[in-house]
Order: sequence, then structure tokens, then C-alpha cells
Amino acid sequence: MSHSNSSKNTLLEIENLNVTFSSVHGPIQAVRNLSFKMGHEKIAIVGESGSGKSQTGRAILGLSEGNVSADKLIFDGVDLQSLSTRDYREIRGKRISMIMQDPKYSLNPVMTVGKQMIEACRIQMKVSKKEAIKRCMDMLEAVRIRNPQRVFNTYPHEVSGGMGQRIMIAMMLLSSPDLLIADEPTSALDVTVQLQVLAIMDDLVKERGMGLILVSHDLPLVASFCDRILVMYAGQIVEEIEASKLNEAQHPYTRGLLSCLPNNAIKGQPLATLQRQDSWLDEVPNRQEQDKNAQESLV
Amino acid sequence: MIIESQHKSAIELDNLSIHFGSDESLVKAVDQVSFNVPEQQSFGLVGESGSGKSTILRALAGLNQHNDGNMFVEGEALQSKRDKAFYKKVQMVFQDPYASLHPRHTIDKILAEPLAIHGFKDSERRIAQVMEQVALPSKFRFRYPHQLSGGQRQRVAIARALILEPKILLLDEPTSALDVSIQAEILNLLNRLREELSLTYLLVSHDLAVVSYMCEQVAVMQHGKLVELLQVNSKGETHAKHPYTIQLNLASKGYDRKVIEEFIDHE
Amino acid sequence: MKELKSWLLAENPDSRKQATLGRSYLGWLRFYHNPLAMIGFVIVVMLLLMALFAPLIAPEGITSGLTGDELKLNRFLPPSAEHWFGTDGQANDVFSRIVMGSRITLLIIGIVIFTAPVLGFVIGTVSGYFGGWVDAVLMRITDVFLAFPKLVLALALAAALGRGLESAIFAIAITSWPAYARLARAETLTVRNTDYLAAAKLQGANHWRLISGHIMPLCLSSLIVRVTLDMAGIILTAAGLGFLGLGAQPPTPEWGAMIAEGRDYILSYWWLATFPGLAIFIVALGFNFLGDGLRDVLDPKSGGQN
Repeated sequence: MSHSNSSKNTLLEIENLNVTFSSVHGPIQAVRNLSFKMGHEKIAIVGESGSGKSQTGRAILGLSEGNVSADKLIFDGVDLQSLSTRDYREIRGKRISMIMQDPKYSLNPVMTVGKQMIEACRIQMKVSKKEAIKRCMDMLEAVRIRNPQRVFNTYPHEVSGGMGQRIMIAMMLLSSPDLLIADEPTSALDVTVQLQVLAIMDDLVKERGMGLILVSHDLPLVASFCDRILVMYAGQIVEEIEASKLNEAQHPYTRGLLSCLPNNAIKGQPLATLQRQDSWLDEVPNRQEQDKNAQESLV
Repeated sequence: MIIESQHKSAIELDNLSIHFGSDESLVKAVDQVSFNVPEQQSFGLVGESGSGKSTILRALAGLNQHNDGNMFVEGEALQSKRDKAFYKKVQMVFQDPYASLHPRHTIDKILAEPLAIHGFKDSERRIAQVMEQVALPSKFRFRYPHQLSGGQRQRVAIARALILEPKILLLDEPTSALDVSIQAEILNLLNRLREELSLTYLLVSHDLAVVSYMCEQVAVMQHGKLVELLQVNSKGETHAKHPYTIQLNLASKGYDRKVIEEFIDHE
Repeated sequence: MKELKSWLLAENPDSRKQATLGRSYLGWLRFYHNPLAMIGFVIVVMLLLMALFAPLIAPEGITSGLTGDELKLNRFLPPSAEHWFGTDGQANDVFSRIVMGSRITLLIIGIVIFTAPVLGFVIGTVSGYFGGWVDAVLMRITDVFLAFPKLVLALALAAALGRGLESAIFAIAITSWPAYARLARAETLTVRNTDYLAAAKLQGANHWRLISGHIMPLCLSSLIVRVTLDMAGIILTAAGLGFLGLGAQPPTPEWGAMIAEGRDYILSYWWLATFPGLAIFIVALGFNFLGDGLRDVLDPKSGGQN
């Protein structure tokens, strides 16, 4: 188990993480009692929309808009919950980085790519401008951009989606973080570009010995890419499995997700569909009761 | 261009070219594409973003104007202005069910409107019938779209497309905005409806697996050109020869470091 | 009452009417929980009631009808139990005039609401929907009207049409539609290329159906909000025209005109200008609060989700 070989060197430890949002319908639990440990490895958090996978990533970064509570939220010996806003920002810039789904929204549209990178570099590392430029160029080369000088002077809207995501990766890795959280980093990209971007990320993570949390909806893809998979359903981890052993998955939800793909289907026969069961959840009030609460809170 | 076939053709494209912009910044979105969709078949158009696959669909529906070449539906050449009869024959389902339903209209209103436009009688019965066909519980009838899940919304969009009893459905990535488990339900629904109602599908997707599961023929597009026309056999296999198709095929198999090194960059 | 509530909030309404009413009720609930909006709402409702029952509320008429010594004895009386807001130079009861004046304020608002926004709305949505030369022509006309400061244009119009309330109202209406046309056009442009509009086109819907059935309902809410917020400005413009002598003529108890009359005596008889001024202030504030509250309820971005 990668548990055992990474236990010596635990990078992130989470115990009983809960993220709650308040709404007119009463509190909504996006993440419930989520626990996992990871070392310098590639893990994937997989689930469908609304499963709480993105919220988990945001909660680790301290960027959640909801109410976050956890028994343990420890990153490399640092208790993240006890950090001041300022210290959190420090950690977020230097030691934990995040890559979002769409680079178009993460980059400033009125600033050239180069300027943004230099700015990020200088804020995080307090280096001279000359040094910053050099580091940025090196980084762009590291994400296999062939003509870094040209990319340096372009505006974000002038680059393609794949190129934009490479730039984001370059920017996020400038400070050599220990942990990279990537939230659906490639789902807006075409398949071939998607794989190329993942390959770049893969190499960099390996070279620098980083930990990677890949948040995704694409179970087969992450299985071929990551070491370990956490499958989330309705805010809970329903199964934790070695990526290589995905086809031995036990939980009906994981199995359902795999079997409903058209890739494995027999033409002319209906695809298997997922029958969701309440028993998959630990202690969830049933739907009707929630609805009733919701109506009462409105009145 | 006449292609011999035991079926009559439902849709025929003859050297269709579509361009955007004017002289200097002319972009050829679709470049001399010809193909033929036999009646009651399901025909797939697959390609990456910018390949022109959706543009063809929108041109058929009459949502793009600037095109050269000819388009035929059931043997009739399409004029630049579509008439009401055309919309009773051809309907479209859009990619994003969150964007394709009017946010201020109830499901009932969304379904009743086409009937009103075309002067259908007995619209009550027809709405109930079509909701049953797409397996939408009747209790949803007076809800607003935001009260439905993504899969339910796409069912509403399909119901709206079917309510005028068209023969041809243009499907623009109908499941790419949905979770895989919901995708399976929608694909099953589309297959069942095609059989029950003898429909012809023109299905656009970026997902080779979806297209080969759903279709008998697949046209692979790249940069506005049709690069390969594939027959899908009963096992769902295609025997692609074009390097681009082969690459797409490999890419859809998942992450393999060695394979990726071989990729030809299209950027 | 409880049954009604659960009927309104039903997740699965049984009829069109129930769905619409339920939606309105949800909007009302959101509105109800916004204190400022409720204050605005109460002020506007009170204005409506005051105008409706004006003759019953006002202790005296618009004019006292006094002459000679009687007039001399009863004019410029300070506020007292008998004359709450005092009396003016003609011995008229200021309170009564303000109450009666609410009808005029309401008349102005009523007429302006049913002309300028409607005109602007139609021009804006048509312009945005068709684009091309239709848009160019309509928007250039709009620009011509927008090029002049609103008050100056209204002044010129009111002066040209002759003094009087009617010409003031007409001047306000004709000068305020371009802003609504611009707003409606901008909103139309944001929905023009949406999939649901494309879908409606593919159902065979004609231009009129698309504009009235699909585009207008989406632009309506921001227009309502804007009109409500503009009401304060419209009341002030009307008062301004009255103040400058181009609007309602004495003895019409128009609030702006009343301030104008009181201006000469502002130092010796403060109540003449102060109370009509307060009335304008409160009503303008009320509409502003109401508009803010409506924005929260009707804003398409936050609204619609319950």
C-alpha cells in the first residue's frame, strides 16, 4: 500500500473534514467526515458533480466559502486550521499551489503572460526582476513551450486552452510547491492536449518530488495517471483504491461509474445505469426530511 | 453527388463550406465537406474543438448563414431561409441543458410553445405523451428549469425537440455537459427513441467512444475538413487508417506516457 | 393560511396558475425579509392611500378662499394644532395642500411609467434583436435624445409647449425613454445568442414571438428596477419644472411649485418650503428603497433560484 510507504513522510493529513454551506433551505453539507493521508504521491479525488470533490480541494487551500471544520488538517507538520489569514496566504503561494479548470478565468486578461509570471515570482520569492525573468523563462521551457519569448509577450486571450493551462502550471510551479492541487485541470481541453498537459504535470511532479491531488470526474483517466484514487459520493469518500486495482473496485458506486461508460459497452445493448442507494451514505437524513426542513426555513 | 445506398438519404451535404469573417480575416470553419446520412441511421461527427463539427450542425439547422455548397434534407435542397415545414422535420438538441431552456418558462410552457406555433390541436395530450416518452414524471410539468437536475433538463430538451414529431434530430454533444452516469441514461433514452420513432440522428461529439457506441457511420473532422469516414461494425469497432483518427483513438484510451510522446502536436 | 403556504411552495405544482403564484410568493418572501425594501414599500403604499383618500384626509381644501381681513389674519400662521404644517400667503393649509398634491405626484409617476419605459423597452429590444441597420437607425435616434442633458431638454420642451402640468409630464416622458432603450438593448444583446433563443427559432417562432415571449420577460425585471429607482429622479424633475414655473401653475398644489412659492419667505416662514421638500424627500427615498429591494428579488442572476 502506498499508505505504508508514504507514512514515513506524510505530507497532508486530514481527519473528519466537514464543509457546510448555509442556504435558505437550511445547511447543506458539501463534504462530510472526510479523512485521508497522503505523502509525496499522486492521488485523485473522483466524483460526479456535487460530490464535494472541488470543495475538498478548496478547503485544504483555505479558500472555501463555506464553514470548514476538521479534527485534523495538517500539512507537513503545520496545523492549517490554526494559521492566520496572512500565514495561510504565505503557505498558499509558496508551498501549496492550485490549478483551476479554466486558465481563462485564472489569468488577468489585461496583463501579458510574462508580466503576470514575473509579478507572481517576485511576490513569492523576493528576487530581482532579472532573476525573475530568468526563472519564468526556464519554467515556460519546463512545461515544453517551444517559444517562451513569444508566449511571454502575449495576452491570455491570445493563447489556446492547452497553452493557457501550461502557462498556469508554469506559474504555479514557480515557487516549487510541495503540494499541487489541480481541480479538473484538463477537462476543458481536447483529449490529445489533455494528455500532453497531464504528461507535463506528471514529469514535473516526479522531478520535484511533489505531492499531487488531482480532482476530476474522469475515473478511467485518473486511474491511468494517478497512484491512488479516492472516490467521493455525496460529500463522503465511499472507496479508496490503488489506481492499478481499479477493476477490482468493491463499492457499487465505483463499479457503477465504470460500467456506465460507453467505452466498455456492447453496441446495440443499453448501457448500464447507476442505481443510487441511500445505504451508500452513513448518516444522511433522507431526502424528504431535508425538503421539509427547507420549506420550513423559507417560511 | 449520388451515393448508392439501399436507404434513402435523410441528410446530404454536397461540398459544404462555411466561413466566418470577411476578406482579410476569413476563417474557413468548414471546408468542402460532403457526406450522406441514410434514413433511420445514426451518423456521428467527431473531432476536437474548432474542427467545424458543430458549425455543420448549426448550418443545417439554419443558425449560420454564410455557406457555399448544397445541403439536402429528404432530397430537398435547403434554402437560406427555412420554412415552418422544415422545423417539423428537423429538430436539434443542444449541448448544455443549463443554457438551452428559457429560465423563466415552466416545462409546460417550453413544451406547449412549439405546439402553439404549429397549430397543433390537443396539446394537453401531446405534452403528456412526449413527457412519458422521455420518462419525465408528470409532476415536473409545472416546474421551472432551475428546479431540475442536468439530466432531467436534457430530457426536457429532448422532449421539446420531439414534440413536433420530427424525423431527424441534430444532436450537438447532448451528453458532454453531464456526469457519466447521467450520460448513460440519456444515451439509452436516445437509442430507445430512435427505435420507437424511426428517427435519423446526426450526432456531434468529441468522444469517440460515445459516437462509436451510438452510430453506424462516423465522419472524423479536423480543421474544418472531413479526414476520414468510418463504418462502425456491430461490435462497435472502427478500422481507422488516418493517423489523426488513430491518435484520437489512442488518446481516448487513457494516460500512457509512451503513447503521448508520439503525439503530433496540433497547436 | 398554512395550507395556502404549502400550496404556494409546492415543489410540484399542478397547474400553470399555481406555478406562477408560487414563484411570485417566493419573490415576496425574499422581498419581505429585506427591511429597507419593506420601508420603501410601506412609503409607496402610504402615498397611494394618501392620494386615494386625499379629500377625506385633508382638513381643508386646496385653497382657503379667504379674502380681506380674514386672509390677513390667517396667512403665514406657523405650524400649530389647527394647521399642522402652518398656512401660506393665501391662508391655505399647507398640510391639506401636500395631501392633495400627492395626487399630482402620483399622476406624474403614473403617466410617465406607462409611456417612457414602454417606448424605450420596445425600441431597445427590437433594436438589440434585429441588429444591423435597424439597430443603427434606432440607436442613433436614441443618441440624439441622450446628447442633451435631461433637465435642459425637458425645460426647453416644457417652455415650447407652454406652461402647465401636462407639458411637464410630456417633457419628462419624452426625455427619459432613451435610457430605457439603451438598457433594454444591452440586456437583449446578452440573451440574443443563447441556446434557448436558438431553440425557439428552431421551433419556428417568428420575430414577434421571440421578442415578446422570450426576450422581453428576461429584460423586464431590470427595467422595472431601473424605473423604480428613476422614480425619485422623475419626481424631482417634475418638482424642478414646477419650481422653475414651467410645470404646474398656482394654485395647483404641486410640491415643486409649493417650494417655489415658499422660497421667497424661506427665512421668515420656514414651513412653506420645508414641508413640501420633506414630502418630496420621503417619497423619493421610498422609491429608491423599493427599487433596491426589487433588484434583489428580480435580479436574474440571484433571482429565479429558490
